[in-house]
Amino acid sequence: MSSVLYDTPGPRAKRRNVLFTIVFLAVLALVAWWVLAALNDKNQLAADKWSPFVTDSRVWTTYLLPGLMETLKAAALSILIALPLGALLGIGRLSDHRWVRVPVGAVVEFFRAIPVLLLMMFAAALYREFTTISSDFRPLYAVVTGLVLYNASVIAEVVRAGVLSLPRGQGDAAEALGMRKGQTMTYVLLPQAVTVMLPALVSQLVVIVKDTALGGALLGYAELLSQNRQITANYGANTIATFTVIALIYIVINAIVTHLAARLERRLRRGKKSATAAIPTQAGPADVKSDAISGA
Amino acid sequence: MFDFLDSGQYDLLGAFWVTAQLALYSAIGSLIWGTALAAMRVSPVPLMRGFGTTYVNLVRNTPLTVVIVACSFGLDQTLGITLGADRSEDIGFRLAILGLIAYTGTFVCEALRSGINTVPPGQAEAARALGLNFVQVLTLVVLPQAFRAAVAPLANVLIALTKNTTVAAAIGAAEAAVLMKEMIENETDALFAVFAVFAFGFIVLTLPTGLFLGWAAKRLAVKR
Repeated sequence: MSSVLYDTPGPRAKRRNVLFTIVFLAVLALVAWWVLAALNDKNQLAADKWSPFVTDSRVWTTYLLPGLMETLKAAALSILIALPLGALLGIGRLSDHRWVRVPVGAVVEFFRAIPVLLLMMFAAALYREFTTISSDFRPLYAVVTGLVLYNASVIAEVVRAGVLSLPRGQGDAAEALGMRKGQTMTYVLLPQAVTVMLPALVSQLVVIVKDTALGGALLGYAELLSQNRQITANYGANTIATFTVIALIYIVINAIVTHLAARLERRLRRGKKSATAAIPTQAGPADVKSDAISGA
Repeated sequence: MFDFLDSGQYDLLGAFWVTAQLALYSAIGSLIWGTALAAMRVSPVPLMRGFGTTYVNLVRNTPLTVVIVACSFGLDQTLGITLGADRSEDIGFRLAILGLIAYTGTFVCEALRSGINTVPPGQAEAARALGLNFVQVLTLVVLPQAFRAAVAPLANVLIALTKNTTVAAAIGAAEAAVLMKEMIENETDALFAVFAVFAFGFIVLTLPTGLFLGWAAKRLAVKR
């Protein structure tokens, strides 16, 4: 195992690495012992706090799985609406017409600058005041609205950066062939840009899944995270165990999404050997990477 | 339309001040924690690399909301860890910072790692040829260049962090989102104005940061 930063270890370096490993292991063990002792003190390690997740199927069928369904429902709805809307906004921002480019740019920049949570709270109040949507569905609507507004504008930037990252010659060649602007975009630029955009788009999907949790914590949406109250109330204050299980479910979902996308990307890339490099992450026209972070 | 601002009923500046403080403390903390994680991830010790990778992948895929709510329910209410605060607002504030640091540190780590990747291998090789050891190569040659290259991604992390402070509302830190919720309930007839005020507040917080750091990124970038 070699890297630019250090040589392949010789005998001395090997000994030193072993020493570091032991010291680091000791520190980790110390922290783990301290955490476990703290948990044990408050009786959070008792078997009956953890066993319901393995032995009692009702904790899954009554709380976790329905919560997970709500999470996935909100995420899927948001993705289905935000993807086309974002593509539209992204193309709009690339328009040759000033009167399209400027307003679309303003909308995109505005919704990107505002925390998703504020958008969700605003949407919830809007629906309460101005529509007849029943209060059962209002949290879902509010969560989806917030997620769509925010993520569509992020996806717009991803699309824009993806199209801009293509070699200029592609657009010029299409023009030389006599294609109209719409044709150039749909037949030449967008299909190529998709491969480039894929990593950024996928991190956005992960962000959407994660952001649904905001609805559970603050808007009374019955998604996965919000089930923790019910579970701890019914299964004897097993707070730590419940949060561990809920976090693990999120981690597994997001790992699956990332894994599937990596496979899809490999397939797409194999098709086109000429595919350009990934979207530049810095000083590019759009801060593609940035927004992937903002997932709350 | 905006007369609710003059009523003196709402401490708007105070709420945004809490938001700014949350962002500032978490930024400092996550910069330190993120740098430590990045150093672990590139270190020659496999165990440290493994720990860094596992931590980053686990925490990055967990919603920040889960992290912060777990801090409140798990650490405070279950284990009684309050980080030395007495009032419930202070507890929420401090635990939110802890959660934000744990979460944002992973993104700082990734930004730094992408910065490290921009440093030409020749630099590190030259440093090693001079006889510098790993720590010296990292701290004297690679990290200074990596930080300069990472200003732009780090700026994005900072902006995202500023927006993410709103999640602290879930555990009762008295920041902007909490006040907005209260104002929406009391001032339903001025709903749009309330939203506009808070949107404006966040634009004021994030826009100058983005512009300044974008400018700094261009100034600092190592010209190659």
